[in-house]
Amino acid sequence: MLKPDYLRQLVRMVAGTQKQEVGCEECFEQLDRFAEMSLAGKDAAAALPLIEDHLNRCDDCREEFEALLAALRAI
Amino acid sequence: MSERTNLEWWEALRGQPSAEALDDLRMILLRGLRYGLATRGDVTAADLEDFTQDALVKILRSLNTFRGESRFTTWAQKIAVRTAYTELRRRRWRDISLQDLLAPYEESDYTPEALLGDRSQDPAQWAMQRDMLARVERIIAEELTTKQRTAMTAVIIGGMNLEQVAFRMGTNRNALYKLIHDARRRLQARLEREGLTTEEVLVVFEDG
Repeated sequence: MLKPDYLRQLVRMVAGTQKQEVGCEECFEQLDRFAEMSLAGKDAAAALPLIEDHLNRCDDCREEFEALLAALRAI
Repeated sequence: MSERTNLEWWEALRGQPSAEALDDLRMILLRGLRYGLATRGDVTAADLEDFTQDALVKILRSLNTFRGESRFTTWAQKIAVRTAYTELRRRRWRDISLQDLLAPYEESDYTPEALLGDRSQDPAQWAMQRDMLARVERIIAEELTTKQRTAMTAVIIGGMNLEQVAFRMGTNRNALYKLIHDARRRLQARLEREGLTTEEVLVVFEDG
């Protein structure tokens, strides 16, 4: 049987699933542009909504995005 | 360190790269990684040097894929961050196989009592939770392939990075994301066909 915690997490993952989502590769291709827009105070989420959506779903890409922002603030 | 336009970077690094440009880029990436990875406690100065060196090799190799949609240094830093994280994730999960990770969750001898606790507290709620668990379990078994179940379980409850799960399943991160996306869509469609919303499933376990 499924553990209730697992079921909750799984159902949360299913909730809000979109027909069209980009994968990690497409996200990576746009990540530099997305990061520069974010740092410039522009609405990156509105300009690249599929990238924003991916970053909200994919922990690997989100982790890299946050590190990239921190790196870019330093250089 | 001289400021360069994207074109100047590109020209300085293609073919036989200029030593000065290479050194400037190395300094920029190193500084960026130092700050980008500052919150992690598992990165040494030697690691930063290694990640930077590996990233430089990758950047020179993929120079032709730079499309000029951002500053060159932003694009290069993106590659350096990916390089560093790939190695850090590999290290973190190095000694853990998928089999080890999933074994505790694949046991089929869980009983509703063990999972849901004492039924005497609220027998009606307990019965609803038990039925919902059984129903979702049946949906998963009928809708998902073994590969999809393995991937979702490893990511959701095993907490393993997508990249490392992908590596162990003989695929890549992008393909695995798409496999899981397909799984989510299948489950979503099936719940819809059964007239069940995700909110309805979650509400049953609100206090679980």
